[in-house]
Amino acid sequence: MRKILIIVAALIAPTMGWAAGGAATFPNDKIEIDWDDKAAMQRGARTYVNYCMSCHSAEFSRYNRVGADLGIADDLVRDNLIFTTDIHGEQTKVGELMKNTMNTAYAEEAFGVVPPDLSLIARSRGVNWLYNYLRGFYIDESRTGLGVNNGVFANVGMPHVLAELQGLQIPKYRSESDGHGGEHDVIVGFEIIKPGSMSKSEYDNTIHDLVAFLDYVAEPYKQTRRNVGTGVIIFLFGFLILAYMLKKEYWKDVH
Amino acid sequence: MSEDNNTKGLLGWIDARFPLSKMYDEHLGKYYAPKNFNFWYFFGSLALLVLVLQIVTGIFLTMHYKPDGDMAFKSVEHIMRDVDWGWLIRYLHSTGASAFFIVVYLHMFRALIYGSYQKPRELIWLFGMFIFLALMAEAFMGYLLHWGQMSYWGAQVIISLFGAVPIVGDELTLWIRGDFVVSDATLNRFFALHVVAVPIVLLMLVVMHIIALHEVGSNNPDGIDIKKTKDANGVPLDGIPFHPYYSVKDLVGVVVFLILFSVVVFFMPEMGGYFLEYANFVPANQFKTPEHIAPVWYFTPFYAILRAVPDKLLGVIAMFSAIVVLFLLPWFDRGKVRSIRYRSTSFKWLLAMLIVSFVGLGYLGALPSTGIRTLFAQIFSVGYFGFFVGLWFISKNEITKPVPERVQ
Repeated sequence: MRKILIIVAALIAPTMGWAAGGAATFPNDKIEIDWDDKAAMQRGARTYVNYCMSCHSAEFSRYNRVGADLGIADDLVRDNLIFTTDIHGEQTKVGELMKNTMNTAYAEEAFGVVPPDLSLIARSRGVNWLYNYLRGFYIDESRTGLGVNNGVFANVGMPHVLAELQGLQIPKYRSESDGHGGEHDVIVGFEIIKPGSMSKSEYDNTIHDLVAFLDYVAEPYKQTRRNVGTGVIIFLFGFLILAYMLKKEYWKDVH
Repeated sequence: MSEDNNTKGLLGWIDARFPLSKMYDEHLGKYYAPKNFNFWYFFGSLALLVLVLQIVTGIFLTMHYKPDGDMAFKSVEHIMRDVDWGWLIRYLHSTGASAFFIVVYLHMFRALIYGSYQKPRELIWLFGMFIFLALMAEAFMGYLLHWGQMSYWGAQVIISLFGAVPIVGDELTLWIRGDFVVSDATLNRFFALHVVAVPIVLLMLVVMHIIALHEVGSNNPDGIDIKKTKDANGVPLDGIPFHPYYSVKDLVGVVVFLILFSVVVFFMPEMGGYFLEYANFVPANQFKTPEHIAPVWYFTPFYAILRAVPDKLLGVIAMFSAIVVLFLLPWFDRGKVRSIRYRSTSFKWLLAMLIVSFVGLGYLGALPSTGIRTLFAQIFSVGYFGFFVGLWFISKNEITKPVPERVQ
C-alpha cells in the first residue's frame, strides 16, 4: 500500500508546477498591508477622495463607517472627506454611501468605459496589482488624448491623475525572447523626465497608503473577523480537550 | 428508555401516540454500530453538520438577500457591511459550500475503500449518489446568486451545455434560463430552486439515506457483517450503541472540523481564490466576458472531462457519464470482499489510478486549456472511466486475502 501511495504522489507532483505565469508586467513589486496602521489608511482615504472619487465611487461603503473604523470624527469626515452634495445642494450626509456625481453617459463618452466602482477592487485585483498599476503610468504619445500608457494594464482608458505628484516617466526596454523564436520588448524600468511634487519614495508611500485604504474599504470588517476568529479558535481548542477526555472516559469499557 | 414502551409520565403519554422512544432506540440508543470505526467514519456525521449549518446560515442570508438582477450583488455587499454579523453568516455559508464537498468527497471515498456500496447497501449508495447530484445542483444555483462575473459567466457556460442536446437543445436552454441570456429571470428561478425546492429534496434524501443505513447496519473498515455474531440478547458482539459511544466520538471529530473550518472562515475566506473566486468580486456584466472562466473547485474534475472531448455533444455525454458510472458502482464491482484490507493488489492499483485521475482532472479543470493539458485531461479521463471498467473485470475472480470472522 505504501508503495502505491508513493507512486501516486510522484505522479501528481509534476502537474503542480503548471500554474500559469502570465505575461510579464512592470513594475512587479509586492507590498504588505498592516491592518493596524490606521494612520496610513486615513492618508489613503484623503488621497482617494481628492484624486480618485470624482470618477470612481466606493458605493458599498459609508462615510461614517470609514470614519468610525479609521478613527476619524464625523465633523472631520464632513470637512475633509465629503465633497458631494444632494439634489438640494446640501452636503451629502455622513451616513450616506460613498457615491459620486459623475453621470454614466458622460463617463462613457469621455473614457470609453464607465470608471469602475472601487469598493471591491482590492479583492478582485489584489493589493500588489493596485500598487504596481498606480506606479506604472508612462508617457506614450501614440495614445491620443491620454498621452500615457500603463506597464501593468496595457492601453487602459484611465489618465494619469496622479501625474502632479509622481511626475511623468518614460520606460526603459530590454529585448527578450518570447520562447517561440521571436523577440519583443519588455519594460524593465522607468526614468522620471518631468518631476512631480513628490520624490519617488514619497510617491511610493502615498500609493501604499492609498492601496491600504482600498484594501480596508474592500473588507471593512477584516480586523473584526481576525479578532473574533482568534477567540473562536482558542475556545474550540479548549472544547477539544474536554470532548477528547469525554470520549476517552466513555470508551474505557470498549475492548 | 424502556424496551417495550412501558414508559410513564409525559414520555409514556407521547409514546402511546408517537413512536418517540422507539425511534430513539432504533436510531441512537440501540443502534449498534461496529466498534472499529476509524478516521474515515467521521465524514458522515460531519456532512450532516454542514447541511444544518448551510440551512441555518441560508435562512439568515435569505432575510437580507435580494434576488434581483440590479440588486443581488449590492445586497450581498450590504449583508457583508451593513448587517450585524452579516459577514460571518455569509462566510460561514460560502465556506460551508466548499466544506460540504470536501466532506462528501471523503465520505464517498470511504465507501469506495471499504466496499460500503456492496450488497446489501446498494440503496444507501444510490440515495447517497442522489444526494451528491442534488448537492451539485444546489451549489451551482447558489453560486449564481452572488451575481458576480464568475457566477454569471459560469452559469452561462454550464447552461449552454444543454444546447448540445440534439433537436431540442436551444429550446431547452431557453426554458432553463427563461431568457435568451442569463438574466434576472434566471436569477429568480435559481433563487427559488436554491432556497426551497432543492433543500427539500436534499433533506428527504438524507432521511432515506439514514433510514436505509439503519435498516441494514453500518459497514466497517474490515467489511465484516457484525450481525453474524450476536450475544444471547441479540446484540452484535462487535457492535456498540451509537449513543453514547459514537456521539461522544463524533463530537471530537466535529470540534477538529470546526477548528479547521474556522481557520478558513476567519483567516482565509477566499481560500486563495478557490472558495470565493477573485473575479466574482466584480458585478455581473453581460457585455464583458472574463478572460478565463473556471467553475468552482468542486466541479473542476467533471469540467475537465467535458473539455477533454473535442466534440461538444460527446463532451457533455462524457461529463454526465462520469456521474452515471458512480451510480452504477455497486454493479461494476462483482467482488465478494468489501474492504481494501483484504482485496487484491490489482484493486489497489485501480484505486490509485482513480485517485490520480480525479485529482489530476480537478487540477486541470481549474486552468485554461492548452495542448499538453488537454492531452493530460484525456489521459486522466481514460483513467477515471478505466477504474470502473477495470473493476468489473478484476472483481469477478479476484484473489483476496482471507477475511476474519470478527473485527480486528
